[in-house]
Amino acid sequence: MAERSVEWRGRALIGERPNAAVLFLRMVRRRRIIGMGAVILLVILAAAAAAPWLSPYDPLALNVPERLQSPRRAHLFGTDDFGRDIFSRVVFGARLSLLVGTLVTVLATAVGVLVGLVAGSSPRADRILMRIMDGLMAFPDIVLAIALMATLGPSVRNVIIALGFVYTPRVARVVRASVLVIVNQDYVEAARALGASRARILARYILANSISPVIVQATFIAAYAMLGEAALSFLGVGIPPHVPTWGGIIAAGQVYLRQAAWISVFPGAAIILSVLALNLVGDGLRDFLDPRLRYSS
Amino acid sequence: MLSYLTGRLLALIPVLLVVAVVVFLLVRSTPGDPARVLAGEDATPEQVRMLRRDMGLEGSLPTQFAVWMTRAVRGDLGRSLFNRFPVRRIIGQHAGPTLMLSAMAVTVALCIGIPLGVVSAVYRNSWWDQAGLALAMLGAAVPTFWLGLSLIVVFAVNLGWLPSSGFRPLTEGVGRSLTYLLLPSLTLGVPNSALIIRFVRSSLLDVIATDYVRTARAKGLGERLVIFRHVLRNALVPILTVVGLTFAALMGGAVVTETVFAIPGMGQLVVSSVLRRDYPVIQGVTLVVATSYVLINLIVDLLYFLVDPRVKY
Repeated sequence: MAERSVEWRGRALIGERPNAAVLFLRMVRRRRIIGMGAVILLVILAAAAAAPWLSPYDPLALNVPERLQSPRRAHLFGTDDFGRDIFSRVVFGARLSLLVGTLVTVLATAVGVLVGLVAGSSPRADRILMRIMDGLMAFPDIVLAIALMATLGPSVRNVIIALGFVYTPRVARVVRASVLVIVNQDYVEAARALGASRARILARYILANSISPVIVQATFIAAYAMLGEAALSFLGVGIPPHVPTWGGIIAAGQVYLRQAAWISVFPGAAIILSVLALNLVGDGLRDFLDPRLRYSS
Repeated sequence: MLSYLTGRLLALIPVLLVVAVVVFLLVRSTPGDPARVLAGEDATPEQVRMLRRDMGLEGSLPTQFAVWMTRAVRGDLGRSLFNRFPVRRIIGQHAGPTLMLSAMAVTVALCIGIPLGVVSAVYRNSWWDQAGLALAMLGAAVPTFWLGLSLIVVFAVNLGWLPSSGFRPLTEGVGRSLTYLLLPSLTLGVPNSALIIRFVRSSLLDVIATDYVRTARAKGLGERLVIFRHVLRNALVPILTVVGLTFAALMGGAVVTETVFAIPGMGQLVVSSVLRRDYPVIQGVTLVVATSYVLINLIVDLLYFLVDPRVKY
């Protein structure tokens, strides 16, 4: 193992950098759970992308004579109280869950990285920005998200804004902690001595070297965001009820738990599978990217 | 210790100020004039003006904040727009069920988390360890509302062992009250035990590697005695943090569970006030929940001092 590490470092020294696919395969080989999580995520992504072709029915089409049908060949996951096909609704719901998960992660990461970089590299900004972040983290996630939704009103865009706002401090804290370590490294000092501008040092040296924990945090935020969106929709303060979302389908099914539990079972399983896959990838990445674990394993 | 305590209390001021500003701005950022919206279309300008004054919406934004903050510090959180009761009284009525639910959920989480965490660490990399970690991962992925509904289907609908929803105060009998709280506590406790399993495991593994444990083994002490007397006692100190954080998070995070099980707690109050657009209640509850979170964290830090003689401030 040690020989291989030396070999890799040697290759890195002569400027040979593996491409992303090679790096990913190497990660999967060393941390099998990343591969497992990635495969589950790919299947869900493919199902979401192929939703119009995969769904046997229109997810919004009412078909009252077929209401509350148990799972069978015509309706794989059964039907709800309006006769809507649960399988089609779950597949279309995947689109929204993944969209919210992705965009919340992008928003929280973009703002969080900016805040963390500024806070980590300027002690004066640090005092103000991190107190604000501490204040925001004092709210339980779901309470702050619900309160924001009360102000913004229910819509897909507002759910993304509210959850993005809620998760920004987590990224900011991770980036700041990383920046505080990197900013005192010799290579940053060397870049400064060579006359590199402040922006170049931030982007080329500090950001580039603090990206690993951000990537790991991003996978967890995507998982939190999917759970958060489902909870908001379940409570009726998130995405409007006519739009098929996993949380919304479960909420609609809770009235029929006794006679039609399948309405809530399948979207629930979809949430668990997606969040589990994201957590597996996140855990695997954390282990792989942590040099202490990488070289000891 | 005194200087540490003073420092910590002073550090709370900016955090609580941010909390107050966020809560204050929540209502102020509502599109349009909240007083006009709340007064209804038939309200006269005089009624709207009265409501504006009542809600502290007159004057500039800093003036409004100062008025609201002064009232809040005195404990005056306004009146509910829905039933005109003082917000403080409403919160007082809803705090009891949430406190009971949180305490029971933490107990459930500890009862699952500590034994599984210990087994995972002691039999590291064994089948038990893998099962504990798998349970921890699954626990972190299950949405609480889905778990709650599944428990209702199994234990209330199919088996009929426990009530499906509702709340009974302790005054109606401890046994009866606990029966109603059991399913909600499991719903909240099981996912939270995931964090405790992982924390106990890593904390134990750290202690197992220390010199005094090696010495204890070298003295010829039995493995069980080493684990319980030397490892567990020392490893459980950091776990206090995770218990404190879990309890603090449950105070507000019980929102979904309280809704599923129709428990009249703070969480359900948040949701119902949002659905009714009862802004003074939304502000009051979020302020109280966030402040409790900050204070519980402080108490946990101070408990460290009492529990672990090695901790010096």
